[in-house]
Amino acid sequence: MSKNKSEYLINRHDNQYEVVIGLEVHAQVTSESKLFSTSATKFGAEPNTQVSLVDAAFPGMLPVINEYCVKQAIKTGIGLKAKINKRSVFDRKNYFYADLPQGYQISQFKDPIVGEGKVILDMPDGQKEVGIERLHLEQDAGKSIHDLDPKNTFVDLNRSGVALMEIVSKPDLRSPDEVNAYIKKLRSIMRYLGTCDGNMQEGSLRADVNVSVRKKGAKEFGTRCEIKNVNSIKFMQMAIEYEANRQVDLIEDGQTIDQETRLFDTKKNETRSMRSKEDAHDYRYFPDPDLLPLEISDDFIENLKSEIPELPDEKKKRFIEKFKLSTYEANILVSDIETSNYFENVIKKSDVKLATNWIIGELFAALNEKNLEITESPISAGNLSKLINLIKDGTISGKIAKTVFEQMMEGDKDPKKIVEEKGLKQESDPKALEALIDKVIDDNRDKATEYKSGKVKLFGFFVGQVMKVSGGKANPQLVNEILKKKL
Amino acid sequence: MSDITKQSLSELVKNIKGKKLSSSEVTKAFVERSEKSKELNAYITEDYANALNKAKKFDEKPNLDLKLPGIPMAVKDLFCTRDLRTTAGSKILNNFVPTYESTVTQNIWNEGAILMGKLNCDEFAMGSSNETSFFGNVQNPIDKNLVPGGSSGGSSSAVAAQLTPITIGTDTGGSIRQPASFTGTVGLKPTYGSCSRYGIVAFASSLDQAGPMAQNVKDCALLQEVISSYDEKDSTSIDFKRNEYSKELTKDIKGKKIGIPKEYRVDGMPKEIEDLWKKGIEFAKDCGAEIIDISLPHTNYALPTYYIVAPAEASSNLARYDGVKYGFRAEGENLIDMYEKTRSEGFGAEVQRRIMIGTYVLSSGYYDAYYLKAQKVRKLIKNDFDDAYKKVDAILTPSTPSSAFKIGEKTNDPVSMYLNDIFTVPVNLAGLPGISIPAGHDTKGYPLGLQIIGKAFDEQNILNIAYAMEEKINFKNNITDWWIK
Repeated sequence: MSKNKSEYLINRHDNQYEVVIGLEVHAQVTSESKLFSTSATKFGAEPNTQVSLVDAAFPGMLPVINEYCVKQAIKTGIGLKAKINKRSVFDRKNYFYADLPQGYQISQFKDPIVGEGKVILDMPDGQKEVGIERLHLEQDAGKSIHDLDPKNTFVDLNRSGVALMEIVSKPDLRSPDEVNAYIKKLRSIMRYLGTCDGNMQEGSLRADVNVSVRKKGAKEFGTRCEIKNVNSIKFMQMAIEYEANRQVDLIEDGQTIDQETRLFDTKKNETRSMRSKEDAHDYRYFPDPDLLPLEISDDFIENLKSEIPELPDEKKKRFIEKFKLSTYEANILVSDIETSNYFENVIKKSDVKLATNWIIGELFAALNEKNLEITESPISAGNLSKLINLIKDGTISGKIAKTVFEQMMEGDKDPKKIVEEKGLKQESDPKALEALIDKVIDDNRDKATEYKSGKVKLFGFFVGQVMKVSGGKANPQLVNEILKKKL
Repeated sequence: MSDITKQSLSELVKNIKGKKLSSSEVTKAFVERSEKSKELNAYITEDYANALNKAKKFDEKPNLDLKLPGIPMAVKDLFCTRDLRTTAGSKILNNFVPTYESTVTQNIWNEGAILMGKLNCDEFAMGSSNETSFFGNVQNPIDKNLVPGGSSGGSSSAVAAQLTPITIGTDTGGSIRQPASFTGTVGLKPTYGSCSRYGIVAFASSLDQAGPMAQNVKDCALLQEVISSYDEKDSTSIDFKRNEYSKELTKDIKGKKIGIPKEYRVDGMPKEIEDLWKKGIEFAKDCGAEIIDISLPHTNYALPTYYIVAPAEASSNLARYDGVKYGFRAEGENLIDMYEKTRSEGFGAEVQRRIMIGTYVLSSGYYDAYYLKAQKVRKLIKNDFDDAYKKVDAILTPSTPSSAFKIGEKTNDPVSMYLNDIFTVPVNLAGLPGISIPAGHDTKGYPLGLQIIGKAFDEQNILNIAYAMEEKINFKNNITDWWIK
């Protein structure tokens, strides 16, 4: 194992422990309708308004596979560079719960639709490959609401039957930072593909986190615990840190770790046991006799391949090669599809280098301050590109551009108009500048004499004075040239 | 016409189309006879007033181009019917009124038929005698205290007693053919995938098929052509070319090769069943068919295989009856307690037994030994038939190993009850069509049936063979109306 800076180890006494993490990510498939019914899937609808007879498991109702969801899963598989299984089987996972109307969840157990794949992470000290074990399609359950009534539980079936992709990673992750990078990369890929919106607040992306620890250098994995249903990256990282330390403490104390399912209490920042391996449900998986095995042809897969857009890794490569961006810049710009689209729209008509700096610098800072996504940016790509051109052709200085930019953030105004209306256009007329400079030299005769006698540092003072008198509009380059002559 | 209810479906259709009878007259006749026949307990839910209204409406604007113009009929209470209670013979669905219609019944109403009510059946179609119904057992019109078979016992009783000219049942392991055999009527289990399962309360999804029950083969053929359709709402529905079975029906079966499987000569089979089978072979020969001895080597394993596969699927299919969303609920201290009380009180003993068997065979540690092995054997059973059909066009067997038994005779002996399905379950496991036709009587005068098993999608062929043999057999059902005072 390489001794890199980002290596995450837990030290206890003289021992160093490595953390081994695997994730089961549940990603909601972007689809108008559910996996086996035609009900809508909109987030935030009134309870039980998006429920069909199939979703509520009425007698005699039968599931019919939604082909669009199948396509979405295959596309995701292609995005994960994974093997697409031409034959997959839907199984029933049997258990009783009030928000599970059928008394079973339709899932894929033995034969998932997508097999092994991989995700590349860009870590500060280089790339890391994380293996994907499988991706399968399954139904979501409904929602039990326990806090609306002291005695009763309410059930909302809007989510019941919504299509999920369960993406299972190999136990290749070694630190909370890698988990952060993995989730972000996975989300980025799915957003590029349009297969999952990745919205964690709305529950579109959540994960079961498997954690174990082992002494550094050990070959065997330790006993793992599964932390169920964690719905933010921050909580995943906190849960992993807590759980890894808990396991290390147990080992250091001479105790063994029980394989169990745990939950993460976000308020107390701790994991707690939910059920042990002995209490684990026997789900009695068996092939769902209401559904035939899913058979997919090569043509079907090839057609979907042709619909796959350029994905982050490929885009990054292109940005670096074609636009000469740094790895750092490319990583930031390709991290989500909206940002890269914005970037590419800006550079259609303006300088790449300036555009990169303005987007990563000013724009991100301003959006961050206002808590806005790039898609909500008050400044359109077209107007930012105009602003950059105004800088490039010398109409305004970089400094003035910042003022214009601030005004643009208040509403998507054309930067040319702002420059005109406010008279911010850069003064580049040598005669006008000469007059200005003559006046400044006249007003500061003593300093001019000092300069001439060798105090060259005073040059900056004169530039500043000229800029000040011009209200910042003087073309700095010309000012420099003329000043040099005049002094 | 005083003898309306004695007419076959074909006669009724002819008379309505010829305007010799109105739908109202026909409906009234069957409603009146049904009302006089409450002792049979064939109905769970009656809908006579609505039926008479619908008949009146039909007569006001009769569409005589339909296949079942204004024909009244009752259906097994396993088919969901919009706005009419559907119980599946269970307490747990005692008050369940669907807002939707099964595809099979919709097909029937689309051809002009009128619903009279819902017929009794074993609870969730689990039984061979109609004794597991929450709504009580059904009398066989052949003789008092005789079971009508099951699970479509209300259906077979109602057709034999002429409370309905035709009906539909469902057949998971023999639930159409065995009751048809016990009541001297005709019942067809179509190829799996022929009739949509949409809107039928599920028992065992990979085996369930709806099918027609009638007094003769021709009526059966007509009803089959009405109910069979490709349905996108059922993923196991199969899109194949469906015949107009009644139009293409022929008695010309000359040269057809009919197989006689030696493995169906089971130990302890009554001599009269053996004799019936021999008689059937002679009739088939008389019709010009060629008789060929065949072997279906895995027949012995069919029953145990069935009693693993069917309960496994049932245990999962019935999980939805949990008291949360619809149907019967017993109050409990908490969710688990509510589940336990609801399901203990809502399901009868036989259903509970099968849920437990099914849960057991799917449990981890037992799955491979039971469920998985059963699936493998199921494949072997299907292969047996595939091999046989390389040599023959159809297979002739008895429908049941005995005639109808007495009410209560087998209720405490589930295994002997299960053995009743021994000739019918292989057909379901292989997904094939099978028809039972009445072929004679035993020494007690009870009807006995013969089963003709066909190739997949070859309903026409077995209907033709049945049609030809029916004429030679010339069976007369002995119904004395003993229950009408």
